[in-house]
Amino acid sequence: MDWITTVDHKKIAILYLWAGGLFFGIGGIEALLIRWQLIKPMNDFLDAQTFNELITMHGTTMIFLGVMPVIFALMNAVIPLQIGARDVAFPFLNALGFWTFLFGGLLLNLSWVMGGAPDAGWTSYTPLSTSAYSGTHGVDFYTIGLQIAGLGTLIGGINFLATIITMRAPGMSYMRMPMFAWATFITSAIILFAFPAITVGLVLLTFDRILGANFFEPGAGGSPVLWQHIFWIFGHPEVYILILPAFGIISEVIPTFARKRLFGYSSMVFATILIAFLGFMVWAHHMFTTGLGPVANALFAVSTMLIAVPTGIKIFNWLFTMWGGSVRFTTPNLFASGFIPTFTMGGVTGVMLASAPADFQFHDTYFVVAHFHYVIVGGLVMGLFAGLHYWWPKMFGRMLSETLGKWTFWTFITGFHLTFFVQHFLGLMGMQRRVFTYLPNQHFDTLNLVSTIGAGLMGVGTLIFLANIVITSRNPMDADDDPWEDGRTLEWSIPSPPPEYNFKQTPLVRGLDALWKEKTAGNKGMTPAEPVGSIHMPSATPLPFIMSVGIFIAGFGFMFSRDNFSSGFVSFLFNNYIVTGLGLLITFGAMLMRSLYDDHGWHIEPEELEGR
Amino acid sequence: MMRTWHSARRLLPLIAVFGTVLAGCGREDLSVLRPQGPAAESSLGLMKLAISIMIVVLLIVFSIAAYVLIRFRRKPGQNEIPEQIEGSFKLEVLWTVIPLILVIVLAVPTVRTVFALGDNHSGDKNAIKVKVTGHQYWWEFEYPDYGIKTAQDLIIPAGKNIAFELTTNDVLHSFWVPSLSGKIDTNPTGATNRFSFSAPKEGVYRGKCAELCGPSHGFMEFKVKAVSNDEFKQWIEAQKAPAVLPEDPALAQTFKEQCLKCHAVGDQGLSVGPNLTGIGSRESVAGILLNDDTRQDGAPVEENLKSWLHDTQGVKPGNLMPDPKQDMGLTDDEIDRIADYLAGYKLN
Ligand code: HEM
Ligand SMILES: [Cu+2]
Repeated sequence: MDWITTVDHKKIAILYLWAGGLFFGIGGIEALLIRWQLIKPMNDFLDAQTFNELITMHGTTMIFLGVMPVIFALMNAVIPLQIGARDVAFPFLNALGFWTFLFGGLLLNLSWVMGGAPDAGWTSYTPLSTSAYSGTHGVDFYTIGLQIAGLGTLIGGINFLATIITMRAPGMSYMRMPMFAWATFITSAIILFAFPAITVGLVLLTFDRILGANFFEPGAGGSPVLWQHIFWIFGHPEVYILILPAFGIISEVIPTFARKRLFGYSSMVFATILIAFLGFMVWAHHMFTTGLGPVANALFAVSTMLIAVPTGIKIFNWLFTMWGGSVRFTTPNLFASGFIPTFTMGGVTGVMLASAPADFQFHDTYFVVAHFHYVIVGGLVMGLFAGLHYWWPKMFGRMLSETLGKWTFWTFITGFHLTFFVQHFLGLMGMQRRVFTYLPNQHFDTLNLVSTIGAGLMGVGTLIFLANIVITSRNPMDADDDPWEDGRTLEWSIPSPPPEYNFKQTPLVRGLDALWKEKTAGNKGMTPAEPVGSIHMPSATPLPFIMSVGIFIAGFGFMFSRDNFSSGFVSFLFNNYIVTGLGLLITFGAMLMRSLYDDHGWHIEPEELEGR
Repeated sequence: MMRTWHSARRLLPLIAVFGTVLAGCGREDLSVLRPQGPAAESSLGLMKLAISIMIVVLLIVFSIAAYVLIRFRRKPGQNEIPEQIEGSFKLEVLWTVIPLILVIVLAVPTVRTVFALGDNHSGDKNAIKVKVTGHQYWWEFEYPDYGIKTAQDLIIPAGKNIAFELTTNDVLHSFWVPSLSGKIDTNPTGATNRFSFSAPKEGVYRGKCAELCGPSHGFMEFKVKAVSNDEFKQWIEAQKAPAVLPEDPALAQTFKEQCLKCHAVGDQGLSVGPNLTGIGSRESVAGILLNDDTRQDGAPVEENLKSWLHDTQGVKPGNLMPDPKQDMGLTDDEIDRIADYLAGYKLN
């Protein structure tokens, strides 16, 4: 119950983490099934339809439901602490964002047991994704599930923007903000601009499928290429929504374990902003083979290559942060150091893909599969592993086992390179992506076998990580405030896990790496910026949960509004939008309650604070 | 920096070896790395340039990373605080400018090639015009200048430019012959794409569909057969010849009633499904059952036709042809005899 009504950012972080873990597990199992099917030519382990559902759900789940919530988990756990705030700007909305995300994700995954998962690829290109060619409700689960989950992401993004703009501790100017906070800030801004595009796209596709509209129907004047533009205007920035937080994490972990401040802080900030900006200008590099013509292809090719410049700045700055430092190889730093070369490999293939005439060959082959997994898994997932091991003691008050952590790292990174490095060659040798099997004697067999073995090894790495969590969760909560000893930012100045109110007294920030600055000045902790006083806290409430349940029911009702059920009564309920209406009623009812009932929250008094 | 350059130079022979190994990668009729025509060659040229630049970048990053990780590892008992360095304007400018130069080095030939490959030869009188239409899961090739259509095997005269016009009849597909050229999507009419390539050498090249188009997307293969000019002319004539129907009139009747309501042979039938004229001399049945009994993965054409007709869904899941036995009411015997007839329907 406590977990359903909580509005505390630290608990919401944990909710995001478990939900993300759940979906990540589902997506991972889907990946392993895909790889098992491809272990040898003409394998009949899976049939073609199931395979297409698996790749669609694997991609969709991983991008929207697997890594996004883990990113949001870390942001929620860390951002208020790093900027010296007691909570996020809108705790109620924060909870709402989580629950809409979770119910959207659940709706999408219900498709597995309700008559067919989406099967048109995570990009859902029309006309394949229209009801004419995808007859099950699969793609409806995709459009409506993602719409609901996307609502949560947008809410979360706006919340972080407001939090970072308004709630920084005294003295923390923008140019004293930790890099992870910067990354979160920019990521949230990208969310704010990119998500409306997919929202519109999903609404249009829903209308085409459920209400018989013709936005993408070529026979009726619609355009399938329009969907591609809408999708990628969102889809490309989405990639940066994923990778920038990883950049942020790496920029926190490396300085801590090198005992050195981040090299070229201001150029890092500048590079982050530039990457975000360029990220919006390059969407059509996913469409070189669509036939946009040489002028468009040339422009998008060159603008895409330009992203290499700020990215290069980042990589060299990280390397030079370690240069001259005193580098300690804890598990988080192993992942961070593994990140740099691995991500660089994903980056260089990105530049190769940007060369449009070469992309005519790369596009939609295993070369592309290799490239984006190098970026997403080799970059983002490694970054997330680094961040999780790094902040685990802060979130849960317990250290993870370093021995198991190192095992996780070595099995994961070995498995990763085995899986995906060879896929570059598969693509170049003529293997297109999204194929449920392949004919023998095309020189594809050995490399596919290697790739599947690697995937198994990555699975083992992930299992070791889970074992680590389970085993260490029995330990007492005895992590230090600053368990890595060289913490530089504000979150390490308070207990692990932090009390509900985070900071008894808001700290005064006197420079970049606020805590490090105090430590080197010989102080024991932060200087407070205010006297001990009464702390205002928001009340717990089930309303966000109830609102999300309502949206879930409404979406469900809408999806089946054209169906005939065996029971006439059930058909009546769905066909007359009664179920949809009921769901909306629940949501709007809860909103009304929220508006009418003035909840002023509660206070923690100074006596209580001292009592601890 | 000097030292990195030195080791990079020492690694050059390695890169060269690596490059040749790469070039030998995959089948000649299928691999991007073994181009058989000018379009694929110019793509590969860019890929080679890009990968050389990228290998240099990787070597620099890897060597700095390795150096830092070894040299600055904290030793036991080492407890001093390293100097906190803010950054270095000079260095940061350096690693902004160098990537910028590398990008320009790649961007210039990229733009040049984009425009060169954008040339589609549609106005070229010497080019052979071919209209490609993608269908869930087969390819139709129409030669408007000769008034003929064929399917699955695209026959072209070696050395001539082929001016393609591509559309789809249903969902998006992508037309790709890796060893001859990069791919291009087939969009519905209204967004028709044009491009061109040529195959200087006679031979058979493997083509694929590269855009997810449904369950049998992976099986939507085709062959490009480059033949001499004379052979091409002969093939055109043979293709135009009147239809050859089964000798047994009863079987001919069944074939006409059941099969020709979708397919065409010669001057008869419809072309809702793939044109079957001369199917006995094709490279494959259904694009994937290879008619080459000298190879382990091939089988005689009549056997492949039988496999197909007895179990269309098993061969190509989700394809739209009705089942001969279930839906058209043919007996096993009729199916086998139709298969034999089709296998014997060869051009020349
Ligand atoms: C155990 C790790 C993983 C393995 C073995 C794996 C494997 C695969 C394979 C074999 C495909 C299908 C390629 C194709 O034919 O299109 C695929 C597609 C994809 N993967 Fe992964 N993957 C893994 C993790 C991830 C993660 C962590 C993400 C993102 C966060 C991800 C994102 C995607 C996407 C977006 C697609 C494209 C799906 C589509 O074509 O609709 N993968 N993956
Ligand atoms: Cu296809």
